Amino acid sequence: MSIEIRHVTKRFGEAVAVDDVSLEVETGSLTALLGPSGSGKSTLLRIVAGLETPDAGEVILSGEDATTLSPQKRNVGFVFQHYAAFKHMTVRNNIAFGLTIRKRPKNEIRERVEELLALVQLQGFADRYPAQLSGGQRQRMALARALAAEPKVLLLDEPFGALDARVRAELRDWLRRLHEEVHVTTVFVTHDQEEAMEVADRVAVLNRGRLEQIGSPLDLYDEPASEFVMRFVGDAHDLGGALVRPHDVALRREPGDGAVEVAIERITVLGADARVELVDGDGARLAARLRRDEVEELDLEEGEILWVRPERERVFSS
Amino acid sequence: MAESHANPVALRLSRAAGTSERAGTALSLGLVSTFLTLIVILPIAALVWESKRDGAHAFWQVVSSPEAVSAFKLTIGAAAIVALVNAVLGTVTAWVLVRDDFRGKALVNSVIDLPFALPTIVAGLTLLALYGPRSPIGVNLAFTRTAICLALCFVTLPFVVRTVQPVLLELDTEMEQAAHSLGASGLVTFRRIVLPNLLPGILSGLVLALARAVGEIGAVVLISGNLPYRTEVSSVYVMGRIESGDPAGAAAVAVVLLATSFAILLGVGGLRFLVTRHERA
Repeated sequence: MSIEIRHVTKRFGEAVAVDDVSLEVETGSLTALLGPSGSGKSTLLRIVAGLETPDAGEVILSGEDATTLSPQKRNVGFVFQHYAAFKHMTVRNNIAFGLTIRKRPKNEIRERVEELLALVQLQGFADRYPAQLSGGQRQRMALARALAAEPKVLLLDEPFGALDARVRAELRDWLRRLHEEVHVTTVFVTHDQEEAMEVADRVAVLNRGRLEQIGSPLDLYDEPASEFVMRFVGDAHDLGGALVRPHDVALRREPGDGAVEVAIERITVLGADARVELVDGDGARLAARLRRDEVEELDLEEGEILWVRPERERVFSS
Repeated sequence: MAESHANPVALRLSRAAGTSERAGTALSLGLVSTFLTLIVILPIAALVWESKRDGAHAFWQVVSSPEAVSAFKLTIGAAAIVALVNAVLGTVTAWVLVRDDFRGKALVNSVIDLPFALPTIVAGLTLLALYGPRSPIGVNLAFTRTAICLALCFVTLPFVVRTVQPVLLELDTEMEQAAHSLGASGLVTFRRIVLPNLLPGILSGLVLALARAVGEIGAVVLISGNLPYRTEVSSVYVMGRIESGDPAGAAAVAVVLLATSFAILLGVGGLRFLVTRHERA
């Protein structure tokens, strides 16, 4: 099922959470809504789920206007950052909830629950209560619960935000694989650009309630539409009035060609790569990313004076 | 203070801390059990002793007398009705106070506690003025069983409200949103998600209301008229026995009331244990 958001605006009192956002999510895609906190990404997701009502604009699900449809009629699976586990029910009953209230036959429910328990790797935990599960397990349970009634869209609001880094990385890979298996149209909200770039096919970057850019992770990185996107997606440094990625910086021993004079502050070797931290005459810092053999070839040392020139730079009119 | 452990006195003190903690526990435990014995257990024992003074036969004769049985049935019946009415209306009241926004909410919230603050005899007087023979609204309920229930509702109103309110405040509203997005209607969400989580609070309030209603005398004594076999409740019957010079009879009925209250407490406690098993899991 496709999702179309048309000119959606949402205010909370004086604050504008979502400001005239329009975007489309294709059927079967895995899309990330990426932005810093307060960018309106969660509000936008909740509007798609029907948990918030927009002040203006429309939400079209599968070509039909769903703007005024209640959440119970949208057939949308929603996963919350803090799991929203039904704490008085066992894992089995949590997962079965969407099916039980639809009064599906008992054996059909049992089979579907078993299938989902296997999918989220919680086979041995069916009769436990949420309080007996770890955060990662609870979130997998919440995901199985959201998938049980075969929703047309799966929406995840910072699904890994409350988990520690290791579990987060695990679940990230796992979500990616799950999407390849289940192929349900999926939208997830994150403030972590690495997470968005690694997991999603398409990323929509939001800032202060506005959509900055939507595209593939590579598009956003290589062709950022704004200074905000350039800085938010990957590292970017100021160099001579322009923005430059660390691997687009060329280091020279000689001045010329408008190169800027800098001093090497620190060299960090990270496996095959090296990161050279530089500081210019005004005290502004930037970093260059080189291959390790390039550093050795140039025979760089901390404290040396060099000239840098951007090989690819961007200027955004703000 | 960083080198306090180099100081031999401090070191000895910190070693002693473990023992003094245990001593503290023993002391507070002893204090609590002495207090409970003096305030609760000894008076109850004395009451039971008093009730047995004239022998088991006399005890049974008083307790099974038609007037006592009638009063007892009325007491338990009215208390049960009132507790159930409160369980429903108290939960609704708590819901409105927590989930809805309206003008004068703070005022309503403090009015809830009024029955706690008011001497119950004043409550009885107020009800008599409103629903008595000289009722300004023309509703005369004086000397009826309805009046007893009304009086008991008044004094037990705060219990369920005040036990459900904190639970409702703590309740994760995302659970309800999750239920909605899984296709549950408002009613289904309430029945399957909200109610099971409120139930321990409702039961706690219910048992407090029940126990209070069984023992209430002040609010009831004026408006009920205390007509034997009709509107006489057990507490008033007990007072009557004392006034007519029969302390042993009074004690006998009191012991039955006590045992009933205790049984109710145990029963609801067991029920509460069942509905909160996921919390201990």
